[in-house]
Amino acid sequence: MSAGGLNLTLHVWRQSGPNKAGKIVDYPATNISPEMSFLEMLDTVNEGLITSGQDPIAFDHDCREGICGSCGVMINGAAHGPMKQTTACQLHMRTFKNGDEIWIEPWRAGAFPVIKDLVVDRGAFDRIIQAGGFISAPTGSPQDANSLPISKLDADDAMDAAACIGCGACVAACPNASASLFTAAKITHLGRLPQGQPERYRRALAMVTQMDIEGFGGCTLFGECQEACPKGISIDTIVQMNRDYIVAAASEREEKVEMGAG
Amino acid sequence: MDLNSRIPEGPLAEKWDKHRFEMKLVNPANKRKFHVIVVGSGLAGASASATLSELGYNVSCFCFQDTPRRAHSIAAQGGINAAKNYRNDGDSVQRLFYDTVKGGDFRAREANVYRLAQVSVNIIDQCVAQGVPFAREYGGLLANRSFGGAQVSRTFYARGQTGQQLLLGAYQALEKEIARGGVRMYNRHEMLDVVVIDGVARGIVTRDMVTGKVQSHVADAVVLGTGGYGNVYFLSTNAMGCNVTATYRAYKKGAAFANPCFTQIHPTCIPQSGDHQSKLTLMSESLRNDGRVWVPKKKEDCGKKPGDIAEEDRDYYLERKYPSFGNLSPRDIASRAAKEVCDEGRGVGPGGRGVYLDFADAINRLGESAIRERYGNLFEMYARITDENPYKVPMRIYPAVHYTMGGLWVDYNLMSTIPGLHVIGEANFSDHGANRLGASALMQGLADGYFVLPYTVGNYLASAKLAKVTADHPEFKAAVDKVQAMTDKLLSIKGTRTVDSIHRELGNIMWEKCGMARNEKGLKEALELIPKLRDEFWNNVNVPGSGAELNQSLEKAGRVADFLDFAELMVTDALHREESCGGHFREEYQEEGEAKRNDEKFAYAAAWEYAGEGKAPILNKEPLVFDNVHLSTRSYK
Amino acid sequence: MGRLGKFWDSSVGKKIVMGATGVILVGFLIIHMAGNLQLFLGAERFNAYSKLLKHDIIELTWIVRLTLLVSVVLHAVAAYQLTMRNKAARPEPYAKRVPQVSTYASQTMRYGGVYLLLFIVYHIGHFTTGTFHPAFSESGTFGNVLIGFSTWPIALFYLGAMGFLSLHLYHGIWAAFRTLGLARPSGDPLKRQIALVLAIVVAGGFSLVPLAVKLGLVH
Repeated sequence: MSAGGLNLTLHVWRQSGPNKAGKIVDYPATNISPEMSFLEMLDTVNEGLITSGQDPIAFDHDCREGICGSCGVMINGAAHGPMKQTTACQLHMRTFKNGDEIWIEPWRAGAFPVIKDLVVDRGAFDRIIQAGGFISAPTGSPQDANSLPISKLDADDAMDAAACIGCGACVAACPNASASLFTAAKITHLGRLPQGQPERYRRALAMVTQMDIEGFGGCTLFGECQEACPKGISIDTIVQMNRDYIVAAASEREEKVEMGAG
Repeated sequence: MDLNSRIPEGPLAEKWDKHRFEMKLVNPANKRKFHVIVVGSGLAGASASATLSELGYNVSCFCFQDTPRRAHSIAAQGGINAAKNYRNDGDSVQRLFYDTVKGGDFRAREANVYRLAQVSVNIIDQCVAQGVPFAREYGGLLANRSFGGAQVSRTFYARGQTGQQLLLGAYQALEKEIARGGVRMYNRHEMLDVVVIDGVARGIVTRDMVTGKVQSHVADAVVLGTGGYGNVYFLSTNAMGCNVTATYRAYKKGAAFANPCFTQIHPTCIPQSGDHQSKLTLMSESLRNDGRVWVPKKKEDCGKKPGDIAEEDRDYYLERKYPSFGNLSPRDIASRAAKEVCDEGRGVGPGGRGVYLDFADAINRLGESAIRERYGNLFEMYARITDENPYKVPMRIYPAVHYTMGGLWVDYNLMSTIPGLHVIGEANFSDHGANRLGASALMQGLADGYFVLPYTVGNYLASAKLAKVTADHPEFKAAVDKVQAMTDKLLSIKGTRTVDSIHRELGNIMWEKCGMARNEKGLKEALELIPKLRDEFWNNVNVPGSGAELNQSLEKAGRVADFLDFAELMVTDALHREESCGGHFREEYQEEGEAKRNDEKFAYAAAWEYAGEGKAPILNKEPLVFDNVHLSTRSYK
Repeated sequence: MGRLGKFWDSSVGKKIVMGATGVILVGFLIIHMAGNLQLFLGAERFNAYSKLLKHDIIELTWIVRLTLLVSVVLHAVAAYQLTMRNKAARPEPYAKRVPQVSTYASQTMRYGGVYLLLFIVYHIGHFTTGTFHPAFSESGTFGNVLIGFSTWPIALFYLGAMGFLSLHLYHGIWAAFRTLGLARPSGDPLKRQIALVLAIVVAGGFSLVPLAVKLGLVH
């Protein structure tokens, strides 16, 4: 596309590897089609960098449909950029004007160390799920799916929370780098369903504990996470998490060690 | 090559039960001594890893993404089929089986498909138990919808994010097992070779994508759940990272590759907007339940606004050509019909490559809010990408490569022609024949991972007599050296072309010559063009950086190198199959515009065997025997 | 670690402590503010109210004082510790970060909290013990107030505290209900009318006293 192309200036965080010093480097992005997605714009810049013998900008991405949760960068100080409920891969360049300057930085959190440029390690999220973000239902022959009716409202609430894509925008946008929205979304998803009840309080306790161990900050209810979430997950889930946590802390019991029967 | 499908004896409906009883079991105390490697963490890989670990096996799971939850199964929107017959509309295991075999244009193996239909009901039970929030009715029971190519309502769904929810269910089960210590997870690791010792798969070689370290992993059985190869077309609805590397490298080690030319072109994708495009976005075909597909009758009208084209000047071509299925015609048929009208010059949008999917009637009939409730998230996605409001103007859609039915050949036990190497999910060839029905990919991935493979791997481990090997074995060393040599070679070329530019060119060749419609001339041209492009790649590609760091160009280069080889195999297969069936439409073989199958000559799975560098692959045939369905001409008229 | 120790150690536990102590403090503020407004009913009535608290029900007053002391200490210590954790959670700052929906109130909680803590110390020394008061009289609380607010710097210091208090309450009351898991799910969870009304009523009610004194409305 020649006519109508945008000419932009990018200020991009470049860091050659984990624990290396990094800095903001400026790049021109010329003749960018407004129809491009933000990541396609980065592709275009990278093609130019490779051709001119420079190292391309590393960034995580995969599905480019806004569902896998791989992509995610701070764009002009906002997680995933200026458009609400939109991942970076679904953000289109028509959102920008010719001559705009765009700041592009990785998610910043101690629990998300930078691997290279805009790529961070979000393994902490997996470990929070490992702590209890599941229902223990080993593969086998559970009861027929329809033998457990679930009210549509509960199923819908669970689905709202389950829509989380684990991108980390909530952490990135939070002034405290808190993972509360991520953790609360999973606690709410599973806690709202009858199948999730037996492990409900154990789960809340374990996941909150893991969230702290990973070094995320606490929740101050700024509301930034909800605004940044590409799936529109509500901070109401955090209310649910806190409620479950209170009940869990109040009712926590020693787990009994049973003697084997031989 | 031994292509024994190992289908159990006995009546179709009893084969799986009988086989389950006959399979050997591993003593519970011995299970943890067996190490099983699972490559891929999508629906198939994650469910298999979790289940094997629950059974007590010692599992290692590998994925190239930063976490197993990113696997591309996550992007499936529409739903998952199961023969639950909750709607009392005449569904049954037999009907799901029949629909799948017929939908696949009689190029799938009966016994496998029947088993798939049988276990489909267990999948829904399992997923509900895990907390997958399927859509429900007010009464609290599960909701269903009908889906492209089916006349019963057997599709279960979770809004437009069914794949996501099913994958998260499997992912959570996997994480539970990781926490318990049953599974060791290797994120950001790419499998670059299978190691075969004494004719048996004994491990893999991977590259740690963060440090660049090439490592050997020894195992007693290897499972590939590495997805499809749609990205050979460069533009597809696959994720950017989807690749053929794992399956292609297994092929080079002796696993037969079956029916590589069977690719599915999905009819409802958002049309390409320009040359910068990196991928195509699929819109769930559930949209076709309420949307009507049309193009202008007259070429002159194509430039007009859709609202300015009178009703009588519109050609609702699917309803016209296929009155009984109409807009719900199977994917291959709907896609080809769209290509036809666009080839006639009646396409709309940029480059005339698009058709309308119009919701005006449905909005008039049901109201905008009902449509919003059903498809709100899809409409939003469309609006975000195209900047058009689909509640006001019809959507524009065009077919795009979406799924690959072909894959590594497997027997009834999901084992490839390399003993010990199992292949599950989209990576194998077994269940969908020449065309997959909507909402069946999720079903197959989970059937393989939860309910089939865990049994058959046990049977294999209980029967195989495996010698002890370590990573010091010469075969491992040779594989590591080969991987390292390839990395070094790619980094040393330092030519002038980027990896993407070559990949894009390959994609163009494949789309033009081996896409929705193929002919002998085009395929032969492709066989000339691909080797030239491959030479260009190996002499003029520019891969910056080093091998000892996160290097996304290097990762892509390795994958494109395999696509360049694999494309040739695909075209060879397409050229040899002188018939039209399912997603494989040979222009020479048609009758009144409809695919013309040749059951006399081609009722077989073509399993290609690697013959060595620069040598033509060897064709092996597994005859497909249909004892339980009548081979009919597929008609949706 | 015991159950309480684990609770206190967790970020959610600490927030719950802050929410619970916050609710206690807000409850006190409402009563305190209502009591203060008796100033407008005249010296006799106001001094009688003061006597009630300082003599007639002094035991009860001490229970309240201790509860408040414990609440303030827990509230402040938890806030301090969480702030330190939150700062540590992002060691490398952004070159550019633009808050999207954070209110001014939420952004100033920490500064406001420190101001209010200093204010509380001064306020107790000013009107309860008389340590910082130029002409403190045990029985003449009404007069203490008039003299106490006679200089502009002190009146402004009080009004400043009330400004921070209103911001603190606007965010804090809304947040406390969420932290304590009491809020009902809402389509727009960022809306906070109750907190707005309470913030205005409480801080406004308190401010009336120094304003009235400085404007000469109370003699």
